[in-house]
Amino acid sequence: MNPDVNPDVNPTEEPLLEVSELRTVFDTGAGQVRAVDGVSFRLRKGGTLGIVGESGCGKSVMSLSILRLVPSPPGRIASGAIRFEGRDLLQLPERQMRALRGKSIAMIFQEPMTSLNPVYTVGDQIIEVLRLHEGMDKAAARARSIELLKLVGIPSPQTRVDSYPHELSGGMRQRVMIAMAIACKPKLLIADEPTTALDVTIQAQILELLAQLRQELGMSIVLITHDLGVVAEFVEEVIVMYAGQVVEHAPTAALFDKPLHPYTRGLLASVPGSVMAAHASAAAGKARLSTIEGMVPDLARLPPGCRFRDRCKSAIEVCAQREPPLVTLADGRRVACFVAQAAEQAAQPTADAGASA
Amino acid sequence: MSTSAASAEPLLEVQDLATHFRVGGGFLRPARQVVRAVDGVSFSMQQGQTLGLVGESGCGKSTLGRTILRLIEPTAGSLRFEGRDITALSQAELRPLRRRMQIIFQDPYGSLNPRMTVRAAVGEAMRVHKLVSSRSEEEQRVAALLERVGLRPELMSRYPHEFSGGQRQRIGIARALAVEPRFIVADEPVSALDVSIQAQIVNLLMDLQDELGLSYLFVAHDLKVVEHVSHRVAVMYLGRIVEILPKREIAEGARHPYTQALRSAIPELDPKKRRTRTLLHGDVPSPIDPPAGCSFHPRCPIAEKGLCDRERPLLRQFGSDHFVACHLADRAERTANAGAGAAVLPAPGPV
Repeated sequence: MNPDVNPDVNPTEEPLLEVSELRTVFDTGAGQVRAVDGVSFRLRKGGTLGIVGESGCGKSVMSLSILRLVPSPPGRIASGAIRFEGRDLLQLPERQMRALRGKSIAMIFQEPMTSLNPVYTVGDQIIEVLRLHEGMDKAAARARSIELLKLVGIPSPQTRVDSYPHELSGGMRQRVMIAMAIACKPKLLIADEPTTALDVTIQAQILELLAQLRQELGMSIVLITHDLGVVAEFVEEVIVMYAGQVVEHAPTAALFDKPLHPYTRGLLASVPGSVMAAHASAAAGKARLSTIEGMVPDLARLPPGCRFRDRCKSAIEVCAQREPPLVTLADGRRVACFVAQAAEQAAQPTADAGASA
Repeated sequence: MSTSAASAEPLLEVQDLATHFRVGGGFLRPARQVVRAVDGVSFSMQQGQTLGLVGESGCGKSTLGRTILRLIEPTAGSLRFEGRDITALSQAELRPLRRRMQIIFQDPYGSLNPRMTVRAAVGEAMRVHKLVSSRSEEEQRVAALLERVGLRPELMSRYPHEFSGGQRQRIGIARALAVEPRFIVADEPVSALDVSIQAQIVNLLMDLQDELGLSYLFVAHDLKVVEHVSHRVAVMYLGRIVEILPKREIAEGARHPYTQALRSAIPELDPKKRRTRTLLHGDVPSPIDPPAGCSFHPRCPIAEKGLCDRERPLLRQFGSDHFVACHLADRAERTANAGAGAAVLPAPGPV
């Protein structure tokens, strides 16, 4: 259906989405919180990108920033650019932005019950999207809504179209959210923890559905999640965020095969049943999970140097003095860690003239 | 009955336990429907062991945990704790026993009183059970407990909102330990936490078990976590246990199609190792009107017409410590070929 779903990435091809040096801050009583602090990445047409990190790492604020939905005040996008199909979204007037939301860029949220309006039927809510963005008349929009509900796997869509959100199960509501999101065949779908509120068997259904729709519609997906397993199965490349910054960016297979940043390694090892966790507990001589001691720093009072330093077992002196930049390595991966960068450069004889190993 | 349980009497024996809720009625109107949240559950637990209890939302796992502590009254069945039948004890008679059985909740935000300092919250249970004779003794013990769960004792004069989620869960654990229990129901203790914090709490619970010989009923929806902490795992579906098996058999030896599906639905952390997934269709049916026969049959990939939709399967024994409630469990070896020849026995009592 779509020729763009081609795994060969053409480097000269203009990316669908390009975020550069994005900074989103919140002005609070406790000081300025830099929720997203200099994030850059690009996403090709038809590509899938996962953004992982723990609570408060800025991944959700990032996604809201792309749609310019950050509640303001207290939040605001302080600097940076978000280029979508070449246009900087941060420069668009609100009217054009509104025409874009839900049409070219759609979003699904974690909690479908709070994102659906409880006093309208699910049909009404999909019809509204179609009439607004596609200019359909009521009858056509209703027929299309039923088609969409069928597409997302809702049984007996002809009757379900007249159901209210509370009459549906959590999995069904998330399907309705997805139907609304894909109603206008968006080019980009931002899914913010789409399966976190769901049971694991329902999660498997929803991820399967998203993968299938992506194939059929050729859309790009940004998947925001804390679940490393979901990322491993679903996306082509992964960004790991910590305290508002990208600490590592790599193709999925490479990231799970050989995580470079100590934080990524720590995250992977703390998941029960992971290969890395198995190594860690074998080394400890008993069934212990490896942990990342301490907690995320206060974003309003960040320490100098690397933000992960206090929790990092490999930290060296320089980590306390300077903030590690996000460096692109010879193989195209990016990592923001002095120790990892040095190790990788030593292991890459062709990369630098200075490195000979 | 089971060979591994050859030691002393079990810590806890649950027999045909049922918890039903009446719903749908109104003022002066009788309830119209019955939710069978827990519907005939039997198992037993040994001292110092962890029994994991997994299942999806609404399967009755939390209700079961609370019914065992008699925080919710059972509708039928019996509960024996340390050899004593506690099913019919009055709340006053139960009070001394409460010291020996505690609970840790999922939500460390909701389960701590926001107006009580940590010292007051942890010390309260000691005072109620008269475990301390003076304020200074109480303070000392609270300090020791906080240290034990990984919190600095200086923090005891702070209020819950001053702590992070992981720290609050540590406070919840300290509070449960304050009365020196033998048995703890841990109800989704790590579900609300980030993965690195989750690992800290899981390690803490396991260390405490080693040191104090605690027994846990570990209730969770995350099979990976349950598999890690438990000695045995019970899988619940619509108010019933469908399979109960030793931890080491979950990966390869699970026989119930639901356990297999639950296991295969967990996203694999290794992108190279993509398995074929048993994708279940549809949602969990309502416990108000559960399907006839095997309540899993409408979603079951191998259900047989005329059998699974008519007869309710009973738990049957397969191997020494492995019980399955599935008519077709013998066939499950197709997909899971673990050892343990099927020794089909009549329905077992306590597992």
